[in-house]
Amino acid sequence: MSAFKDTMIITQRQLRLLTRVPEVLIFSTIQPVMFVLLFRYVFGGSISTDQPGGYVQLLMPGIFVQTVAFTLAGTASGLAEDMKKGLIDRFRSLPISQSALVLGRTLGDSLLNIVVLAVMGIAGYMVGWRPSSGILNVAIGFIFLLLFGYALSWVGIFVGLSASDARVVQNVSFIVTFPLTFLSNAFAPTTGMPRALQYFAEWNPVSTMVAGCRELFGLENQFGATAGSFPSENPLLTSFLYMIIIMVIFIPLSVRKYKRSAD
Amino acid sequence: MKSVIAEDLVKTYRNGAVRALDHLSLDVEEGTVLSVLGPNGAGKTTSVRILATLLKPDSGRAMVGGIDVIKHPEKVREVIGLSGQYAAVDEILTGWDNLVMFGQLYHLGKKASIARAEELLERFSLTDSAKRPIKTYSGGMRRRLDLAASLIVKPKVLFLDEPTTGLDPRGRQEMWSVIEELVKGGVTLLLTTQYLEEADQLADEIAVIDHGKVIARGTSDALKKQVGGERLEIVVETQNIAKTMEVVAAISGNKATLDEGLRMISAPVSTGATALIETLRSLDTAGIHPLDVGLKRPSLDDVFLSLTGHAAEEKKEEDATPGRRKKAKK
Repeated sequence: MSAFKDTMIITQRQLRLLTRVPEVLIFSTIQPVMFVLLFRYVFGGSISTDQPGGYVQLLMPGIFVQTVAFTLAGTASGLAEDMKKGLIDRFRSLPISQSALVLGRTLGDSLLNIVVLAVMGIAGYMVGWRPSSGILNVAIGFIFLLLFGYALSWVGIFVGLSASDARVVQNVSFIVTFPLTFLSNAFAPTTGMPRALQYFAEWNPVSTMVAGCRELFGLENQFGATAGSFPSENPLLTSFLYMIIIMVIFIPLSVRKYKRSAD
Repeated sequence: MKSVIAEDLVKTYRNGAVRALDHLSLDVEEGTVLSVLGPNGAGKTTSVRILATLLKPDSGRAMVGGIDVIKHPEKVREVIGLSGQYAAVDEILTGWDNLVMFGQLYHLGKKASIARAEELLERFSLTDSAKRPIKTYSGGMRRRLDLAASLIVKPKVLFLDEPTTGLDPRGRQEMWSVIEELVKGGVTLLLTTQYLEEADQLADEIAVIDHGKVIARGTSDALKKQVGGERLEIVVETQNIAKTMEVVAAISGNKATLDEGLRMISAPVSTGATALIETLRSLDTAGIHPLDVGLKRPSLDDVFLSLTGHAAEEKKEEDATPGRRKKAKK
């Protein structure tokens, strides 16, 4: 029970950081909102789609997934910073549950995701995003996105514990997540890509997430490639499997790494 | 009773290529202060990290407050306080936030945590800056807050790893008086430092370590004696140098040495003040009036130099980084 309390205290710390440095919240919201506007008005006009309601219907799930994926960098660099400053040493010298620190951080980052997704949803609505599947399905979609974010935050924990410098972590995470979000069906049809990339994009967890969200928001998955492949036929199931795989691999790895981080 | 016991600790990095601790043993009597003195890279931080349960030794045994550090780290954590050489507090949060958070993590409950935080802020003269983020604090204030955070549950054993490294003289002085207060309160303290002066000022006993092992230990006085007795030093006018050297040599029974630039004659003496008086009497008889006289006791610097063969701060910054970054260096 005290492990749970410890975790909650660390989660509170994560949230307090947001109130002390409101810039973090502002910038982690501005960037995706900017993407919404740019893609909606710059590319939206030239990407042809027969989607009722236009490109923005397809775009929003893509941007949601991208935003959630980008928070990995924040998790990782924040933790790397704590390591460097010696704060982790202090936590580890306390009589608290040794997993509380990492667990609390992943939960705190998920709560940040809720706020960011809410703001983006509103921004999307203002530029014409109208999910047609009913409130329940939309809610499930958002829960799905949060779960994905939660799974990825464990990757962030692992990266943060493995690296030595917060800025390096930030850059590395960006170099990994940026192409991953673009080599997908998030912003443009995968059918225009070279075959090898097409294959990659199809199995890319970002694509399956985007396709899953589109399905939940009541869209045909228009940007999916070859019909009949497993991930494009079962995007929700595939995404779910990916999340489980990510967590099964990275939770034990991170906890182990954390416990041994000093050796 | 011994509050801290370390026996034969060995810790190597990079598969044995770097030997941070080489059969290090030390102990601290309950209610006393042991200063672990050594240059950067001597193994000070590594020893503290092992005793504070942050690091597992390759071999050896360690007990803190009667509890086995390796077998029951979680129990040790309940009786220790640790303050590292880098202020391990959250810079973005305020001083108040930090102390309340740590109080809650010690399971004090919200109310008690707040009460304790306010008490500690008051005691360390931080009440005025309590609601400011730590990043606006001066180095000395940060260290004090860090120390406060390690005192939340009144630890039986306190580890301070280089508590004044990087502070200006004023900050150091402030920190020293805070630590002296604590010691009066009866805490058992293990303090590492690379400042000889600091060890001299704060510690009951000093363990000098170099290359991962204890090379000498004892009180400050005992260590100084180990190096040798006092030296007689006399400065005279140039024309009196030859005669004075004779007198000094006769009384000391050793060869007198001359520093020509300072016109200072010196020789080791075993009889201390008596030798000084005798010398002055003889010089007076000879009509020589010294410009300056003194009896110099060896400083801890001398001790260090004679024990290790190198000066205390000659090595490069190796031990100065917290946590695992340290092992990448060396």
